[in-house]
Amino acid sequence: MAQDGRVTATVHRLPELVPPPTELPARTAALRADVRAFLAEERAAGRWTPRPDVWLSGWDERFSRELGRRGWLGMTIPKEYGGHGASALDRYVVTEELLAAGAPVAAHWIADRQIGPTLLRFGTEEQRQRFLPGIAKGEVYFGIGMSEPDAGSDLAGVRTKAERVDGGWELTGTKVWTSGAHRAHAFFALARTSPRDEKNRHAGLSQFIVLLDSPGVQIRPIPLLTGAHHFNEVVFDRVFVPDDMVLGEIGAGWKQVTSELAFERSGPERFLSTFPLLVALVGELAGTSGAEREVGGLVARLWTLRRMSLAVAGALESGEAPELAAAVVKELGTRYENEVIDVARLLVSIPPDPGAESGFARLLADAVLHAPGFTLRGGTNEVLRGIVARGLGLR
Amino acid sequence: MTGAGMTTSVNAELQELAESIFGDAASGDTGFDAALWRTLEETGLARLTLPAAAGGSEGTLEDSAVVLAAAGAHAARVPLVETDLVGGWLLHAAGVPLPDGPLTAAAGSLEVDGTTVRGQLRRVPWARAAAGVVVLTDAHVVLLDPGAVEVTEGTNVAEEPRDTVSVDGPAAAVAPAPEGAAAELRLRAALGRAQLLAGAARAALSASVRYAGERVQFGRPIAKFQAVQQQLALAAGEVAAASAAASAAARAAADTGFAAPSTRFAVAAAKSRTGEAAGAVARIAHQVHGAIGFTREHDLRLWTTRLWAWRDEDGSDADWNRELGATVLAAGPDGLWPLITG
Repeated sequence: MAQDGRVTATVHRLPELVPPPTELPARTAALRADVRAFLAEERAAGRWTPRPDVWLSGWDERFSRELGRRGWLGMTIPKEYGGHGASALDRYVVTEELLAAGAPVAAHWIADRQIGPTLLRFGTEEQRQRFLPGIAKGEVYFGIGMSEPDAGSDLAGVRTKAERVDGGWELTGTKVWTSGAHRAHAFFALARTSPRDEKNRHAGLSQFIVLLDSPGVQIRPIPLLTGAHHFNEVVFDRVFVPDDMVLGEIGAGWKQVTSELAFERSGPERFLSTFPLLVALVGELAGTSGAEREVGGLVARLWTLRRMSLAVAGALESGEAPELAAAVVKELGTRYENEVIDVARLLVSIPPDPGAESGFARLLADAVLHAPGFTLRGGTNEVLRGIVARGLGLR
Repeated sequence: MTGAGMTTSVNAELQELAESIFGDAASGDTGFDAALWRTLEETGLARLTLPAAAGGSEGTLEDSAVVLAAAGAHAARVPLVETDLVGGWLLHAAGVPLPDGPLTAAAGSLEVDGTTVRGQLRRVPWARAAAGVVVLTDAHVVLLDPGAVEVTEGTNVAEEPRDTVSVDGPAAAVAPAPEGAAAELRLRAALGRAQLLAGAARAALSASVRYAGERVQFGRPIAKFQAVQQQLALAAGEVAAASAAASAAARAAADTGFAAPSTRFAVAAAKSRTGEAAGAVARIAHQVHGAIGFTREHDLRLWTTRLWAWRDEDGSDADWNRELGATVLAAGPDGLWPLITG
């Protein structure tokens, strides 16, 4: 404070930490009702059981094709590529309903969330024609090949090498933690097309569309701590990728990869992974008293996260790229997914049971065993906080 | 690409005006800021959301959210929520003409016999500075003249007036309480408080970011240490959550009114979430500031003491969580998601 008692240190302008509120367009109410009715019907018919973390673990190709048939995949893809030309907010409604229901969305998840939009942005006409219609039908599945044994959070450390050969590129290297690679048709691989430059670590990286049945591709399971097979190691031994399967520009890989982060980081999958457990918790506690405060706290945080996520979705729809706000949503949202577990296990005296068919014990077991991934995938929370710190001007 | 009405852009001009007015007035003093109040009246911000018939500017609750967040960010010493969102609204709804000047408002029990009232109200905000004390009792809206009441001074932990008002005599006006007034009063007060909290949280973060960039230890600004960066990033997350919750609740109230169950849910969640953020942001702000922030000479206390005071006023996070939890447990497992999506 200055000598005259006036406040001097007040307004240091902060960046926009969250965009203004977004309301979903009124037309989405009917869409939501349709999706809900469909999900209720599927569950009633016993076609699947709600599970946590379904976008990693719920692989069900019948379900994906059924969503495609109903027009709920590739929603933002233009009609000429087999999509539906809808807005990202329509897609938001569909995905949040699917995740809240704990429905098995893993098969199409990556393709629908990021492959489609990336192909529209950086893909050639031929690539779009080739892949987008199948993505919208729920028949073509993709993975993501970014991390490597020595390149996790520090993605610029990618060593997979793409060497120029006649008519294309030859890839050699190893990708890890690739979810669903053993079932997917293709993935986007980030590889080095020119030698590493310590002064510009992000230069010389490029993206390739690699068909996973290409000669020289070996896929090996990396079982999760439960033993379940979702992750894979994908080894390239001089895998030929033709020129027409280069994604975007050679050398622009880093820019292409990071330009999609705001989409990837702010969606409802960043705070709904344990929502089916919260539903089961409410089921256990309904009609009792004494736990209102704890349940209310979880609900207040969830409601807020959804408003934040929607605000980012609205900004994205307006053509902005609120990367800082997206990092905030993911950082808070993935910690929230863990908080649901922390609160649920203290309120209900039912131990987690991975052998149970369904119910609180099974959902708790699945949630506990999957929780370590929540705050790692798509950028660890420490990296995200670093991004926020940079946004605040601290680094 | 944006459809009409899909996103609201903050009323930038109003925000600019509010920032400038509250920023010019900010000081470490205590007590009512009469000069600031005059400016607010002259600019139409004092009765922003009230109808013209009540001397108001007919702004929306989203406009009010922008102004209140700025008031919170500059620790403004004026009863803005009490005058505009609560007291003025209640008098106008009850058909009682509004007196000039700042108002305060409280819900409480008074004995009402014709125009004679008797009783005591505790922790009434800014009562000592108010030109009228508006009281909602079980059945009545009562307007008390400050000359006709006894005010015993008290404060909250931010040294803001929270006075005891005793009355035994004639009221300036008595009218029947409008239908649903008690429920709406609680929501209005909580909504206003949530905006103030969001603003104060933002200011505490802003001061901390600035301080971390200036304070040098171990040969460099403490902002360069990852340990400090990570803490400030956590605080930023809390500030973002508080702002998002408070703005979304204002939007809900503006769009669908306070009687809508979805607005009640939104306001409850917003007061809960801003209250939760308040503690986290104040803790990190003080940790980053070190000992100097813990002194009277430093400005940080202006925001942190308000965060501590306001999180427990107009319903604490625990109070609103209990209400939300009861709603959710009554709705059952299948009712949870529809409550969230409103």
